[in-house]
Amino acid sequence: MQEIFGLIKEKAEKLFADGSVNRVLGWKKGETEYDRIPSVFESAEELEEFVYDGFCAANLSKYLIRESREDGKIAVLLKPCDSYSFNQLVKEHRIKRDNIYAIGIDCDGKLDIDKIKAAGVKAIQSIEENGSEVIVHTLYGDKKFNRQDVLLERCLCCKGKDHVSGDEFILAQNRVDTTVKDRFEDVRKLEAMTPDERFEFWRSELSKCIRCNACRNVCPACNCIKCVFDNEDSGVAAKANVDTFEENMFHIIRAFHVAGRCTDCGECSRVCPQHIPLHLLNRKFIKDIDELYGEFKAGADTETKGPLTDYRTGDAEPSLISDRGGSN
Amino acid sequence: MPVKTTENGEFKPLIVAFCCNWCSYAGADLAGTSRLSYPADVKIIRVPCSCRVNPLFILRAFQRGADGVIICGCHPGDCHYTTGNYYARRRMTLLFSMLDYLGIERKRTRVEWVSAAEGVRFSEVMNDFAKHITELGENKKLEDLRCKKSLD
Amino acid sequence: MHRIGVFVCWCGTNIAATVDVKAVAEAARKEPGVVFATDYQYMCSEAGQALIRQAIKDNALTGVVICSCSPRMHEATFRKTVQAAGLNPYMLEIANIREQCSWIHKDIKEGTEKAIILARTAIAKVMLNKPLTAGESAVTKRALVIGGGIAGIQSALDIAEAGYEVDIVEKQPTIGGKMTQIDKTFPTLDCAACILTPKMVDAAQNEKIKIFSYSQVEEVKGFVGSFKAKIRKKARFVDENLCTGCGDCTSKCPSKKNKNEFNLGLDNRPAIYIPFAQAVPKVAVIDAEACIKKKTGKCGLCEKVCSAGAIKYDQQDEIIEREYGAIVVATGFNPIKLDKYDEYAYSQSPDVVTSLELERLMNAAGPTQGTLLRPSDGTHPHTIVFIQCVGSRCDDARGKSYCSKICCMYTAKHAMLIREKYPDTDVHVFYIDVRTPGKNFDEFYRRAVEQYGVDYIKGMVGKVIPHDGKLLVQGSDLISNEQVKIDADMVVLAAAIEPDPTARSVATMLTASIDTNDFFTEAHPKLRPVESPTAGVFLSGVCQGPKDIPETVAQASACAAKVIGLLAKDKLLSNPCVARADESLCSGCSVCQNVCPYGAITYEDREFRIPGPKRSEIRRVAQVNEAVCQGCGACTVACPSGAMDLKGFSTKQIMAEVDAICR
Repeated sequence: MQEIFGLIKEKAEKLFADGSVNRVLGWKKGETEYDRIPSVFESAEELEEFVYDGFCAANLSKYLIRESREDGKIAVLLKPCDSYSFNQLVKEHRIKRDNIYAIGIDCDGKLDIDKIKAAGVKAIQSIEENGSEVIVHTLYGDKKFNRQDVLLERCLCCKGKDHVSGDEFILAQNRVDTTVKDRFEDVRKLEAMTPDERFEFWRSELSKCIRCNACRNVCPACNCIKCVFDNEDSGVAAKANVDTFEENMFHIIRAFHVAGRCTDCGECSRVCPQHIPLHLLNRKFIKDIDELYGEFKAGADTETKGPLTDYRTGDAEPSLISDRGGSN
Repeated sequence: MPVKTTENGEFKPLIVAFCCNWCSYAGADLAGTSRLSYPADVKIIRVPCSCRVNPLFILRAFQRGADGVIICGCHPGDCHYTTGNYYARRRMTLLFSMLDYLGIERKRTRVEWVSAAEGVRFSEVMNDFAKHITELGENKKLEDLRCKKSLD
Repeated sequence: MHRIGVFVCWCGTNIAATVDVKAVAEAARKEPGVVFATDYQYMCSEAGQALIRQAIKDNALTGVVICSCSPRMHEATFRKTVQAAGLNPYMLEIANIREQCSWIHKDIKEGTEKAIILARTAIAKVMLNKPLTAGESAVTKRALVIGGGIAGIQSALDIAEAGYEVDIVEKQPTIGGKMTQIDKTFPTLDCAACILTPKMVDAAQNEKIKIFSYSQVEEVKGFVGSFKAKIRKKARFVDENLCTGCGDCTSKCPSKKNKNEFNLGLDNRPAIYIPFAQAVPKVAVIDAEACIKKKTGKCGLCEKVCSAGAIKYDQQDEIIEREYGAIVVATGFNPIKLDKYDEYAYSQSPDVVTSLELERLMNAAGPTQGTLLRPSDGTHPHTIVFIQCVGSRCDDARGKSYCSKICCMYTAKHAMLIREKYPDTDVHVFYIDVRTPGKNFDEFYRRAVEQYGVDYIKGMVGKVIPHDGKLLVQGSDLISNEQVKIDADMVVLAAAIEPDPTARSVATMLTASIDTNDFFTEAHPKLRPVESPTAGVFLSGVCQGPKDIPETVAQASACAAKVIGLLAKDKLLSNPCVARADESLCSGCSVCQNVCPYGAITYEDREFRIPGPKRSEIRRVAQVNEAVCQGCGACTVACPSGAMDLKGFSTKQIMAEVDAICR
């Protein structure tokens, strides 16, 4: 990744130098060794702070909604999975494609700090990525991890190494495939449970919700000018969970609103401070859509009609759900 | 919250039915004209088309204590607006599947296609749905996913 | 402040027998916002309506709830009542306590309880009602007909007959369409030209009808009542007003070896030509790709011989802009291409022809002057095999899943005509089913079999093999369960028909919808069969689905009746319960547009004030054309932000109803 980082930085400097862009959207270091903040760089000098490593997980495409409306052209760095969100936003006319220079960049999977911490690592001084190894330097000495073991869940079921959009690409010679599991595996596990077990599972998960709205704020599909839950006229406006039903309402409706538009970028689960596996709601919709209406990848292109704005006369009937076997 | 028991203590469900103005609502009128009864537990809300039914309405009904929600529209291919029920069909299929995934009784929601001429069918559908909901009993799960204690 | 009045109707004993109407009024009076509640025997009677009007005035009511029969029964009546008392007609809600309450419940307690809930639900809704006004828009009293075949001509003639202007836009140099190429018509066997050409002449001579031949509609904007169209009049290099149609130029033209489209390429025409003798307009056209003058700059013979001075080599395409109140789509059909049907040897042997080609081979104005001769050697065919359903009712991707409807009948016609004219010719017809539902159709088919001895074989042909100047037809007879081999001189293929290739672009231009086969979809398949879901766009002829000439003409006239009904109005009143986009919430994502069946939603860039140094930004926001929106509400649910709402059935209103029921 060090080599890729160099190439990207070089490219960004060149874009500034020849005046083809006036800003670059990338990441910079945050307060901690593993905190990476999406950031707009306005000159080659500012690029000193630019960083690209295993913790640059944030999907930058959503920032383009605002940034592409500014004067001049902005270069954006897109990992393969981000390029789906990018396309989806272009399709929904939310970003101005003409004002963007999209650079598809290599990704060998992003690291999950919670997995590292869960292994009992404390007082982290620095983190070193070395091929298939991640070495964490702490006050109490070094701790080595197999990179694959500390990747974000979403990288273990990576959508693929190919970008679906971009004006140019900066890719590694040897590209790493991190896929080890099917992304619907966990959904299937839940489906196999009894309704009561599922209910228990979701009750314990969703009851953790503190309505901080982090999932909504990070989601590239949640890009409404004003969310229905903030809109007095919607009849469901609620700033917080005023009654016990609210968080269910919020998460079901949020998943429904992004159904057919969600690219499964996994940002919702990554940012949830309560570690609610929100992606399992989105993936359920994706799985159902694939099974019922034919495989559909939101953001794979900028033209195809989304499954909820399309139909076939012979579509499955809703009774399909109630006719499923099992109790109640 | 509504009273859900009769004087002799039997469970009386609360059922909300969203009916399309052009087909099912007229079908309900025909059931009335034909004096075909169905339980008074069913309360109908008139909408222009099944595609006007927002998942928000369904969840809201459950939130406020409904035990069952049924959406009735024109038969596929017969929509007054040509395509409305096709969109409704996809939306409701996905929503119901999601509710099932959350462990909520999947028979509390239903979509039925009832034409303006099907008064008999309207009454049969409502009788059948009300029977199922009465069997399921009071909806506790959707009403309250959070307070574990109240359920235990 | 809300001042709601509630009126509970007894409907004689219809309601009062199972609902305690006084208790309902009593309960309603206790609802917040309600200032008046009463009951009466017959609310819909003049006395009942007078009571409502008086109560509105006496109590300064702002909204009215009537607990009575179904709104489908008397909503319109009561709207007028409240309007007469000075209220907006949409400040009214009906609680259906008859059809949906008193008539289905026997227990008076149960019925009363439910009626009270229905009343309070209507009260909850009416509190959120807003005054609505039906929009008005003007109607341009002129129709556009796209396509000048028999469908377009008939629609145009009927509309003109009613006194309205009509423009026919036809992409070919002449109007007339497919019917001009047909020899005789079933089941009467009268000659197509004899019945069509007078209509073509009528259209040309009608003062109200303007024909744009060799032209195409390029762009349509606007909506019902006021469409604006751009028509491209292609350069024909001949001045239409000067050309007399004498034909001197066509006989002198040295570039003669060009496929004659009218005869489907079975013979040739010059570079300057008149499609056929009865063409309308009877004006020559230069095929620029064949014209020596256009290609090399030399020649100019036609210009020299034209005594009218009509030849204009430098003529350019012309764009004409016209306004219309209604649009008729009559884009018609074509037989499918048979290049993928190698088993029938269509590309290998000139003696394998399509049914339309056979029409030309049997027509007096055709390449053989009406004598049926084999295209390969000009001899009389003695054995002819017809193959039905070539590409119709077909499962694979080469063909069409639907029945082309006309083939059974025209094949019976061909077989009969051949047997009559050439009794020494054997005619075999391979078919899957013979479908003859139409007036005098089955009788016609039976005549072909019983009187003319046409040999019908139930089964499909596997292969046609050209050999020694003959065609070996191998098929199966499903009734005798035998393989059949016939040495034929000619094979005629009943090719499926498909919508004209322009159908898709025309549909896009008009935001009218088409099905997977590119046939235009009706506003309702049974009850509105000649209207497209897009208001002001009507469907005439085969563009909507396969049909024969009488059906086409019937539909064309029905379509004209609908157009006349529209053009007869001075103003269009629209249903005010339509969608509305809240621009401050809309993010312009287009999902609403994708689900709108009427093409009522467009987008505009608007400037919005925003916090920060830039102060404002331009955003793409949805606009609903209220004249086009029909108020289904599909967009309101597709819209994630709730920017799209439906007047009269707003999200807040329906939520209030849900809350009132579940209270």
